[in-house]
Formats: sequence, structure tokens, C-alpha cells
Amino acid sequence: MTSIAEQLAKKQKEISVSEFFERNRQILGFDSATKSLIMGVKEAVDNSLDACEEASISPDIIVKIDRVDQNEYMVTVEDNGPGIIPRVVPNVFGRLLYGSRFHSLRQSRGQQGIGISATVMYGQMTTGKPATVVSKTEKNGAAVKMDIMVNTKKNTPDVLKEDFVIWDEKEHGTKIEFYMNGRYVVGKQSVLEYLKETAIVNPHATIIFTDPDGKKYIFERATDKMPPPTKEIKPHPEGIELGVLMNMTKVTTANKLSKFLRNDFNRISERVAKEICEKSWLSEDEKPQELTLEQFKQLLAAMSSVKIMAPQTDCLSPIGEVLIRKGLKNVLDESRPEFYAPPVTREPTVYQGNPFLIEVGIVYGGNLPKDQPITILRFANRVPLLYQQGACVITKAIERMDWRRYVLEQRGGEGIPYGPAIVLVHVASTKIPFTSEAKEAIANIPEMQEEVELGLKACGRRLKTHLNKKETKGKTKAKFEIVQEILPLIAEKSAKIVGKDVPSLNGTITKIMNVVWIDDTIKFENKKHKIKITVYNYTPKSQSFSLHLVVPQGSIQDMKVDPIPSEMKDGQKITWELRRLSSTAKVEIALELTGLEAEAYEENELYSSGINPIFIIGADPLPGDWDVEALAVTEVDVSEAPEDLDEEEVDYDEQAEVLNDEQ
Amino acid sequence: MSNDNGTEEKLDNDPVARLYEIASSIYDQLSAGRIPKMVIPLRTKSNIRFDPKLGVWKYGKASGARSAKKTKGAQMLLRTMFVLEFIEDMIAQNKSSTLREMYYISEGWGKGKFSSQDESNLLAEDLEIVTKCVREDFKLRPEENGASVMGDLVITETDRKGKVKKINCRDDVGDSGYGIPYNVEKDKIKLIESGAAFVLAIETGGMFDRLIENGFDEKAGALLVHLKGQPARSTRRFIKRLNEEMNLPVVAFTDGDPWSFRIYASVAYGAIKTAHISEYLATPTAEFVGITASDIVNYELPSDKLTDMDVRALNAELKDPRFNDEFWRGEIETMLQLNKKAEQQALAKYGLDYVTDTYLPEKLTEIGVMR
Repeated sequence: MTSIAEQLAKKQKEISVSEFFERNRQILGFDSATKSLIMGVKEAVDNSLDACEEASISPDIIVKIDRVDQNEYMVTVEDNGPGIIPRVVPNVFGRLLYGSRFHSLRQSRGQQGIGISATVMYGQMTTGKPATVVSKTEKNGAAVKMDIMVNTKKNTPDVLKEDFVIWDEKEHGTKIEFYMNGRYVVGKQSVLEYLKETAIVNPHATIIFTDPDGKKYIFERATDKMPPPTKEIKPHPEGIELGVLMNMTKVTTANKLSKFLRNDFNRISERVAKEICEKSWLSEDEKPQELTLEQFKQLLAAMSSVKIMAPQTDCLSPIGEVLIRKGLKNVLDESRPEFYAPPVTREPTVYQGNPFLIEVGIVYGGNLPKDQPITILRFANRVPLLYQQGACVITKAIERMDWRRYVLEQRGGEGIPYGPAIVLVHVASTKIPFTSEAKEAIANIPEMQEEVELGLKACGRRLKTHLNKKETKGKTKAKFEIVQEILPLIAEKSAKIVGKDVPSLNGTITKIMNVVWIDDTIKFENKKHKIKITVYNYTPKSQSFSLHLVVPQGSIQDMKVDPIPSEMKDGQKITWELRRLSSTAKVEIALELTGLEAEAYEENELYSSGINPIFIIGADPLPGDWDVEALAVTEVDVSEAPEDLDEEEVDYDEQAEVLNDEQ
Repeated sequence: MSNDNGTEEKLDNDPVARLYEIASSIYDQLSAGRIPKMVIPLRTKSNIRFDPKLGVWKYGKASGARSAKKTKGAQMLLRTMFVLEFIEDMIAQNKSSTLREMYYISEGWGKGKFSSQDESNLLAEDLEIVTKCVREDFKLRPEENGASVMGDLVITETDRKGKVKKINCRDDVGDSGYGIPYNVEKDKIKLIESGAAFVLAIETGGMFDRLIENGFDEKAGALLVHLKGQPARSTRRFIKRLNEEMNLPVVAFTDGDPWSFRIYASVAYGAIKTAHISEYLATPTAEFVGITASDIVNYELPSDKLTDMDVRALNAELKDPRFNDEFWRGEIETMLQLNKKAEQQALAKYGLDYVTDTYLPEKLTEIGVMR
């Protein structure tokens, strides 16, 4: 007699991965008809970009969506990547969790390798049709064409048809065509938006999209330069988990503990390995495969207590400040924003053994809508995140920051701010901690949130400096008009009436302006940025202070500069000491920056120190701890300059009272 | 300008010297490296003071500065320089100009151009205040003509060619009366004699014609003066001379609304705008016969609802020092409560002769001017 337990045991069977996902498609992001269509396009485009980059090919990606009937669409994605060899094609497209990238630790879009095969599976689930893949790897060769479906019970590909075809338009590349149920929409969460945002953070790619109505959208590449390739790295000791450590010893080729540590981990040198062994009371020659649970625990504890250098971060490929700006400009210029704040790429840091870095860009003003919440563009490893905005660490960082000091409106200093701005945040990492398998939002890790905040603040400061400069220069313009045009006329006329010589106006001008006015210009000529800075002392007294100009890395080689600055730090700033500049005198500074692209330097970031900031127009006060960028910068709160009139004096012309007794 | 009564004299005010002083002050300030400014008494409600000796409202001690620190101030100072030069030229050439002409001439002053007629009028008044002269000394005359006069009054007027004409303001004039010129000083007009009992200053042309047609001037011995709305300086000056030289009491008869109350106030107390020369223009003993808020009630006059602007004006008048007495406060509050206003011609409800047969005799007897 079989017991109940045995009866139940008989029913247990293995469920394949694909079968599991078939029934839980929302885990992969295929929740709704609208979203599924976007996911389908996304997985294919991600793959194409990754492949092209690995082969150092400037990506040309063609996306087409055709409407078959009310619910069904045909999606075609084509790239000029290296192509996939025929032997491997079925597995790539017809088998879940198959991929080269799953095992390696590197920054890539298709980290999990589920992607495209899930799309194929979803397509066949909803339409019953296979996906067709065409791929060509050699210029003079033929392309292979296959119709593929996923066998969900076994998680293996079913190749329904296989052919060799001539594909002359391409030297190499891959094209996939699949059918799926979906819904094509326009607006915030749509295929077009997805492709648009992809174009922003991949300025090296050209994307051409044809929508179901036949309308074509072309996002041309903004640069021919490929991003630096990402590198694979070994795991870093920090934050490594016990189970993972134990598994690593099972597959290692090393038979000595110290060798295991040195070979299989990132940043463990001979000395560090020795130190770890000492601290864990283990011998360096210990066999890693024979460690006991207790010993593993000791090892783990030792690894976290020893000071280990942060992982190399050249495995990451940031978009970079220049290209973020170019990308934004390229795609957004129709909205005519007024100002692109110089983007910020923060230095990489580490979370649980995985390097990551944050990049931030802010676009402001112009035709962007003023009374609405700002637009947030989120990216993870150069892939746009369109959903789950509220759950994402990027959003949380934005909500937590007080944006009011950066010229946006925000009730109570919390929550999403309002204003004419677009904020772009890109997180690049060898392993992005998503909130779910659908890879829609980044998990709320405190270290990450802090980095995002620091990036936002740095970029926000640049926005604020620009807006401040504009505002104060605008206000002073009125005074300029007075001293340059009206005052001389008054002097001339009054002199004529009283019959005397026209008086000198220097004293009066300095009293009216009462500022040090800094005028700066940039000219790009012969591949050099020629910068001219003129400092006018329009105050009644002589002034002494320091003037600083921020300069990008590598731009001051063999630089011609006059007068000679007191300090020059490449990638940081140049400082001039201006001593005893007398009243109504001016000093002219000229310099040249080399090695930068034209748009890489469009505004002079000037700071002053050693003078009350109220008296300077054209340079913000130098933030307190300038040299320690990682720490929060102390902001100097420059309050409004006091009203110029004497306390008791009433402005005669400002009396609002209507003097006529009639209406 | 000179005056035979004990009011403040303005003799020995050489306008040219005064103007020169202004330019000189600006010039000296510039030479000294200071920011040039002009200090001018504030012309606001809060800076009017009642002068008991003169019985009129004048500017107090509060002053404001027009400084080149601000764009508006600098522009006004520039305009002032241009105007000074312009006036000097006119005086030298013995020409004169209307305020309107000065406004147009400023088109050629570049940055010194006036942005509106009001602006140039106000500047002319600023100069009056600072120099203690009147516009006419600067050869500037206004647009508005004075009003009309009908009644038992004989005057002589020296016309533009220097000829002296004797005019009886009833027999020698047409039905619209004698037109008051812009200059009503003794060098131009002399008041000879009058058999009238009082001066009745009337706001609207319609009422003026009604009283003439009804022969009210003869019946009541009233010297009718048509104010033509807010009265011009010359009109007010003329009325003041009638009061002082001919010893004629003055009564104002206007519509019943806040704007008309101000017309009365400018006749009796002086306008805020011209407080610096109130003693020449205001007739402090002038009385107000109506239309009052009480009249609207007592005579059940056809009326209109007050607009928002009317209400605002009434509330402003409650704060106006010129209306700060028991009679006016009462009337203004009553009107606000009533929420109604009425025209003087509304008296026609009771017939065309009601105003001259009943209303005016009743009310003027109360005041004590009617025989």
C-alpha cells in the first residue's frame, strides 16, 4: 500500500525553466499588451547593441513594427553586428537562460541572458507563430535563416526551418522577426519613447524606427567614437556571501588557499592573501576544497576585516560627460531647452564586490513645461528604465534631495520637484541590483542612493551657477545702461546749462555699480578654446582677491596664459591672484585650452574667493572644501544684496499713488 | 505772480536762476563723484498737511529722492536736464509751449524722450515745486481751457494783441457764457464789478444749460461757472479771485458720486497734485450743496448701483485727509451703505423746473447764500 507521502511523491516532477516562465510571464515583464510589445523590442535592441559594441562596430539598428490585425503585431529588429554563427543561433533564441554573459561579471545590457528567447516564447504563446532569425557573419558568405520556437517542456529550441539565403545589403549582422500580441501606443511608456531614450544614452548608435502607420523616426548617431569596451572582472571580496565563497572553492583550479585567493578574486595580491590567511588562522597552503564550514566563516570574516583596494573600475564604461550632453542635445533639441548643465560622471565605487558608477545630466528651461513635475530619465547600463519609476533608487534619491536650492519648486523640500527640467541618471555596474526579474527599477541600496544624490547635487550646482550668473548679469545690465548711456548724457547737458566742462564720471560710476564685473568670452579657433576674461573694478575702492577657472582634464598642456596664474591644477582649476586692482581699473586675462572638442567646453565656470560675493558679478563664491569633492560641499548662501538706497530715503518715482483726481 | 492779499508772495523768483540752480546741483554732484539726485516733496495723500493760516492743504515735510542709482530715476534726471534746456531756450526767445507740445518735442531727445503725456506733465509740476515758480513762469501752458461763466459780472480782458476789452458776462456773451482763458492773472483779467450774491460752480454742461435756460442766474443772483468736470487750474484760480476780490461766497453743485466729491475738494481744498500752489487755486470757504448721499434718500432720486471702482474710490476718500470731517465722513459712509450714486440731472424726475424752483432754493437757503 502506498502511503499518502509516496502518492504525493509520484506527482512531483521537474518543471522546466521555460515552463515556469511561461506561466509567470510578468516576472519577465510581459504583464500587459502594451508593455509586452515594448519588452519585445527592448530585448532585441539590447542584444544588438551589446553585440555591436563587443565587436567594436558602430551600431546601425533598424526597428520596424507592422500591424497584422487588431491585437497582433510583427516586430523586426535588424543590426549590423558581427552576426551569430549558425550552430549557436537556435540556443540563443530558443532557449531560456542561455548566454555568454550570465557567468561573467561585466557591465552589459543583457546580463541575465533570458531576454530574446523570452520574447520568442511570448510571441509563440500569443500567436502560435515562430520567430525568424537571419544572421550573417562573413562578408562574402551566405546568411543563415531559421524559424525557431521554444520547446517549453524541455527548454530547448525547435528549429522548424533552416535555409541559407543571400543577404547582400549587409556585410554582417542579425535580423529577427517575430509576431506577438500587443498594443502599440504613443506617449511616455511606449516603443518610441524607449528608442528615443536609448538613442540619448547610446550616442554612438544610429536607430531607425518605422511605426505601424509607416512613419519613420531617425535618431542619427552623435559621435563616431565607440564607448570604451567593458572588461570582465573577477569577483571582489567585499560583500561576498558565504554560499558563493563555498561554491567558488568547488570550481577553482587552485589547490592552495593563497593561490585561490590571488587568482579567483579581484584585487588580492600576495601580501593581501597572506594577511587574510593570517587573520583567519589558516595556512596559505591549505587546500581550498577541504575547508570546513567553520573555516569558511573565519575566512569570510578575515576577508572583510582586511583593507582591500577597491576593484578596478575600468571594467565599467561610463557614457561620459561630453557624450551625455551630446546625446541629450541630439535627441531633445526640438524641445529647445535653454541650458544643458555640464553633466557629472562620478568616480566608481563598490557595492557588494561590484563596481558601479553614477552619471547625471540636467536639461533646463526653454520650451520645457514649467508647471509640471520634472521628467526623470532613468538608465541602467545604457538601457532605459520606463516602468516602476516610484520603486527605483534613482527616483528615491531625487525625492529625498532638497531641490529648492537648485532653482526648482518642491513643496517642503521633498518629493518630485516641479519645473522646466529633465534629469537624466545613468547607473553603470557589473551587476545592477534590480527590484525584480523584469529589470524595471533599481533596488533601493543606500550606497547607491547616496551616490546618485551626490551626482544630482553636483549637477544641480552647475545648473544653479549658470542661472545665478544669468540672473545677476541681467540685473546689473540695467545699471550698466545707466552708467554707459544715461549718465554721460546727464553730465553733458548739465555742463552745457551751467557753462562748464563735462565732469569726470568715474567716482559716480563706481558708486552706482559698486561691483567687480567679470566679463568672459570663449572662441573656438584652430581646435583651441580661446578664453578671455576681463575684470572691471567698478567699486570705489581698490580690490584684491583670487579668481578661479575650472578646467577639464588634459586641456592645459603647454598652455599660453597671461597673466601667469598663481596655481594650476590640471582637471581642477587655475587660480589668479589679483592684487590691488584700483578703482575703475581693469585687468585682462587670456588663455587657451587645447585638446577639447568644440562643444565640450561652452561655458566658463568661474569662482572667486577672498572677496565678499555681493561685490562680484560673473563669478560665484568658491565652495568651501573645493579639493575634497567626495564630501558634501559647503554652500555659501549668498543673500540678496541690500537695497542701494539709504535707509530713510524714499524713491520718489516709486510712489504708486495715482496723482490725478480723475480716474 | 503777485497777490494783494496776505498770501505767500512769489516775488523775485527768477525762473531762470532757479532752473540754473537745479542744473548746477546735478553738475556739482557729478563733479564730486557722487550719485546725482533731486530731492522733491512727496506728492501723496499721506504727505498733505492742512495749513490753518491759509485754510488750504499743502505738502508736508516728507520728501523722496530721484536718484541716478535706478534706471527710472536716471531717466527722469536726464529728462529734467532736457526740459531745463528747453525752458531756458524758450525764455531767451520769448516763446511759450503747451505741455502737449513739450511732450512731442521730447521725441527728439533720444534717451530723454517722455514715455507719456502724464510723465511730462508731472515733471513740469515737479519743477514748479522745486523752484517755487508756476508753469507759466517757464512758458509752459496746459491744454485745457477754463470753463464758462454766465451771470452778473463785468471784467476786462487784455487780448493777445494787447487790446483791452470790457465784457459783461451776461449781456456781452452768447448762450454758452464767457470762456475763461488759461491765464487769469491780473495782467490779463481784471474783475470790475458784480451784482451777484454768490458763485455757483456746476459740474455738468447739461445742468449749466438748464440753469441758464431757467434764468436761475437772475432769479437767485447766482454767478454760474461751468466747471467742465475736474476743473482746470485757471477755472479754480478764477473762482478764488471772485471769492477774494469780489467777496462772493462759492457753492459747488455736482453729481453725487466719489469722483464728483473730488471735484468739490479740488475747488475747496486744493488738488493733491497741485498742493504746492493750493493757496492760489483753492477756495477754502467753498460749500457743497449736492448731490449728497442724503439727497438721494431724501429726494428719492433715480440712482445707479456703485461699481467696484466707485467703492474703492469712496474707501480711498475715507483715508483722504481732505474729507476728514464729520459731514464728509457721514456722507461717504451713507453712500457706501446705500450702495447708490446719482447724477445732478436726476432732479428732472420731478420736472425740468424742479431744480431751480425747489431743490436749489431749499438747499441754498439752508447754507445761507440765497436771498
